[in-house]
Order: sequence, then C-alpha cells, then structure tokens
Amino acid sequence: MTDNKVLMQIRDLSVEYKTRLGMVSAVDHVSFEIYEGEILGLVGESGCGKSTMGKALMRMIQPPGRISGGQLIFDDEDIMTYDQKQMQAFRGRKVSMIFQDPMTSLNPVQRMDEHLVEAIQVHFPEISKEEALVKASELIERLGIQSNRMSSYPHQLSGGMRQRVMVALGLILNANLIIADEATTSLDVIVEAKLADEFRDIREEFGVTMLVITHNIALVAELSDRLAVMYAGHVVEIGDVYHVFDDPLHPYTKGLLHSVPNIKLDEENELYKMPGEPPNLTHPPSGCRFHPRCPKAMDICSRLEPDLIEVEPGRHVKCWLYEDHPEKTESTPEVAK
Amino acid sequence: MTDTKLNPQNENDYLVEVENLKKYFPVQVGFIEQFFSKEKEFVRAVDNVSFKIRRGEVLGLAGESGSGKTTIGRVTIGLEEKTEGKVTFDGIDLSTLNGGELRRLRRRMQVIFQDPMASLNPRMSLGSAIQQGLEIHYPELKEQHRDMVLEVMEKVGLAPALFYYNKFPHQISGGQRQRVVIARALVTKPELVLADEPIAMADVSVRAQLLDLMVQLKNEFNLTFLFITHDLATAKYICDRIGILYLGKIVEISDLREVYAHPMHPYTIALMAAVPVPNPHERRKEPMPKGEIPNPIHPPSGCRFHPRCPYAQEICSAEEPLLRELRPGHQVACHFAEEFQ
Repeated sequence: MTDNKVLMQIRDLSVEYKTRLGMVSAVDHVSFEIYEGEILGLVGESGCGKSTMGKALMRMIQPPGRISGGQLIFDDEDIMTYDQKQMQAFRGRKVSMIFQDPMTSLNPVQRMDEHLVEAIQVHFPEISKEEALVKASELIERLGIQSNRMSSYPHQLSGGMRQRVMVALGLILNANLIIADEATTSLDVIVEAKLADEFRDIREEFGVTMLVITHNIALVAELSDRLAVMYAGHVVEIGDVYHVFDDPLHPYTKGLLHSVPNIKLDEENELYKMPGEPPNLTHPPSGCRFHPRCPKAMDICSRLEPDLIEVEPGRHVKCWLYEDHPEKTESTPEVAK
Repeated sequence: MTDTKLNPQNENDYLVEVENLKKYFPVQVGFIEQFFSKEKEFVRAVDNVSFKIRRGEVLGLAGESGSGKTTIGRVTIGLEEKTEGKVTFDGIDLSTLNGGELRRLRRRMQVIFQDPMASLNPRMSLGSAIQQGLEIHYPELKEQHRDMVLEVMEKVGLAPALFYYNKFPHQISGGQRQRVVIARALVTKPELVLADEPIAMADVSVRAQLLDLMVQLKNEFNLTFLFITHDLATAKYICDRIGILYLGKIVEISDLREVYAHPMHPYTIALMAAVPVPNPHERRKEPMPKGEIPNPIHPPSGCRFHPRCPYAQEICSAEEPLLRELRPGHQVACHFAEEFQ
C-alpha cells in the first residue's frame, strides 16, 4: 500500500503558545514524513502536542499560539510560504480534518445536506447546488447512512452517524491527506470499531492518506501502517507499526505499550506503572524531556537533547541509548536485526 | 432510631443484594404536547436487574453509553430513588430507611466519580475537601480529623501529605486529583465503594498507576467495589466478576475470567471483539453488529438485542430471554446461548 512516495514532509516544525506562565513549546523542532497512501498513527498522552501538530499541518494554529519555525512541504511546495488565499485552496482540497466532537463541529441549525453542499460550493462555486447534492448523497450512502437522512439536523442523528457525516465532510473535496484528530474517541466501542473499519475501506477505495491522531494505542495497532510516538512536544519514535509494537526502542514507547490494558486473558496481568506524569511544557525538563521518568536514564540524558536518528531503515528513535556522542560514557548498542 | 436496624449483625456473604431493580425516568414533554400525548412515556434506564455483590469482591458492570450502568450504581447506593425492586445493603432494605438513617448508612458507602475536576470544589483546599466527609459522618472525632486526612493522603500516594494538604485542585496534576477523590472516598472507612468510570479521564501511563492503587487499597481496607466501566480491557485488571449490560438489562454475568474465556451472549461476543487489542498481529477480522444501541423509550420487543443480532430467530423478537445458568455461576440471557458455548 505504501510505495514510499512522500506526500508531506514536516521539517523542523515548532509551535509555541504564549501563556501567562511563559512560552510553551507544544511542538519542538519536529521532523517526519507522511507517505502517500498510508495510515500513520500519531499517539501520545494529553498535552504532548499531538493535536497541535495536526492543526499545524493545516496552519490552523490560532493566537496565542503560532508556528515559530520550520517548513511544511506538500507536493514540493512549502505551504508555510502560502498566502491566505492559497491556504484556503489548500485546506479542504489537499488536506482536510475530521475533528473529535461532531456535536461542536457541526452547525446545529444546518441540515446534513446543507453542510456538505456548502463545503463543495465554497471551494468550487461553479458546481451547481443540484450537482453538489448528488455528489453529497452518493458519498453519504457510501458511508452507510441512508440518503433520506440527508435532511436531518445534527441532533436527529446518532453519535455514530454524526461522526460519519464528519468523515463525509473530510472526504467530499477529495483531499489527499485526511487528518483524523481523536475522531473516534467519543464513540462507543462497537461504533468506534465500525468507524475504524470504514477508515481502512476509505483508504483503499479513495486512495487517501490518513494521519490518525489518538491517545488510544490499541486503536493504532488495529488501524495504522506506521506509528509515530510523541512525548512532551517531540516525536520520540517512528516506524512500521509491527516493528514498533514487536520491539519498541525508546524507553517511553516501551513503557507506554506495556501500560496499555489488553483484553486477551493470556496476556500478562501486570500493567507497567510508569513513574510520574507528563511534564508541564512551560518548563520542560532539560536534555531529553523523558529523562526524569526514564528507567534507563544516563548521565548525558539530563544535559543534552538526543536527535531523532534512523537506527535501521524506516525506524527512527530519539534517545541517547542509540546515538553516539563524545560526552556519552556508555557504549551504544547495535540495534538488533 | 434503633441501632439494630442499621446494624442487624448480618452474617450473609453478600454485602449488596439488588433484586428486580427498575428505574424509569419520565420523558419531559412540552406544555402543549402534554394535552395531546395519550400516556406518559418513560426512559427505561434500568429494567428488571438483579445481582449480588459478595463482601470483598469487585463486581464490574460494563456496557455502552445508555446501557444503564451509571443509573444502577446510583440507585444501588441510594443516590437515586428506584422505581421498583429492592436494594439491600448488609441486610438492610434501603427503602425502609428515612433520610437521617440513610445518611448514617452512607458513611459505609462512598463514590469515586469519573471527572476529578468536576467532583472537587476548585475553591476548597485538598485537605478540607477530604476532611468534609469526616465532618459530616464523624463529627464526634473532631480532634482526630486532621490526622485521619493526612494518613489517608499518604496511603493514596499524595506524599508528603503536609505538602499537599493546603494545595488547591488546579495546582496538582490530573492523576493526583483522582488520588484526592479516592482519598476522600476512603477517609470515612467505607465498606462499599462505587467507582463510576474512575480512570476513564486519565492518561494511559497514569491509568495503570491508579488501577494498581485501587487494587492495593481494596486489599488493605478490605473494600467491596461496584466498578462501572465501558472499557472491558481495563475491567480485566480489577474486577472479580462482571455483568454485561445492554439497554437496561444484564445479558450476561459471571466471574470475569469465565465471561472472557467463554462469552455466550452474542452481544458480549461482539463487544469483546470490538475492543482493540494493542498488538497489530491480532487485528480484528470479525464484522461488527449493525446499527447502534436503540432508544430506551421504546426498546425492541423480546430480546432487546435482536434487531442487531446476527443470529436472531423469530422467537427472539417475540419472547424475552431470561437469565439462565448455563455453566456453574455463569448466567446468560439468550435463547440460543448453548450454541455459542
């Protein structure tokens, strides 16, 4: 499914928020690629910057926040250089977003068909209302909602249906990249599972690329091709989902994966209890931001920040365990395989 | 009030017994509409539910939103009036108690809610928030209150307790706030704790700590838990027994390991399959049941799951299946449960 063609490249992206307590660096010099046709899962705990990252990819950071540096390369163009008009054309047509809570994202006094027709006509004013309606109802039926529900208002639909309408709004302009920010989080588990199936089908059928942002690590295991783990504003590990789950490299990823409850009875019964809590980003820890909670912390970890380096093809990790440095006294192991 | 009424020296194994519990909420209709509607409508949040909780046991109630799990919890500890049925706590029928008696009984049961920020008063220091339960239930121990609070704070991991005593909820992290709520529940030395989605708001890495803390405290204080959750994966780590709810009814109940190893109700089977497993090698292949949980005002006839059930037959829409014991201690409400063994 991935032919390794890069769709979007994030280079050295930083996002800051100005707060009463000082600058918060929610995303701190992050670089990674999104490949065409893949489902990339971006996981992390609350406050790690994953939602900020999603918004930054569409340049939707609102003051008091701002993108303080970096490049966002999409189709060989740096969208950071776009003016407002170019951005408007970019959003929705190239990249679109599915938000968490459909009840706050949908207009309560607008019917479903009006939402979808509006989305089409804003971007393509030359398309008539009738044509737009046909397109909208085709898509809605494809997503498993009968088209006679098109004239319903949001409150008349169930939670699962509302979220499908959100998905339809994301798909209606044939965007290349769809960012789903906790899109299944408020749903019940059976409805969530069905939506996850839908995501996979949509990817096959429409050939879109998806960035799934979630705190639900099990969902990412279920759904995605690659996995990026964020901690305190940094991407600390990124790689193929099978490799990361089978053999997590970063101590944070290891701890995180071992603290996820597993319904299978034959899985171990003890969850790993990671000490401490995620840091406050107004005063992030020095060096590696995970070092105060890290069971493998070394001398160097509190002083210098490691780089996100490629330890084997397609496998990146940001940890001193895997990187050499003149000041590092411990030896660097060769990554197995 | 006689003290024997509140302490009948019950040697029964069960701390809580709930029989045929029903809780209907009247549906609000508009002023004009009420002249036209023929009869009053009700949301059947809990419809004829029975279960018992042994002393020292953790009973989990799991289900999707709208299954009635929270309402059952609230009625069980008398926070909500029941419509019908009987709730017995330590042999005492709650409906025979007047307000004062119920309040005196309450010190023996406490609640941990989901959202610690919503259950703590933002203008009350942590120490006084925890102390409040003592002031209400044990005013005679006034001199010891502070020490009791400090002791329980250390127990839940808010150490050093003196450091946290005068802090306010906004000054501590989410995980610590939930520890405060747990401390507040335990300070009156209750026997029964109702935990309503106690860790649903916490982050993964904090969740494991809180789960472990609750298991530890349960053993130390010999607590009995009614643990309400939507997350079957989390339930595995704390519950001894589990009841699966669908639209106000228990569809399956037994020891947790028994249910997870041999689920027999098609709904339980679907619900368990829907839970994502944190292992990409074990991706789900089973299709999910169609539709969503229906409206509890007009629940489906017969078995409430029949419109979504892939195995539904004619009898399922006509006749309501009763809970039947199909394996030792394992009850299922399905006409065809034998076939899913």
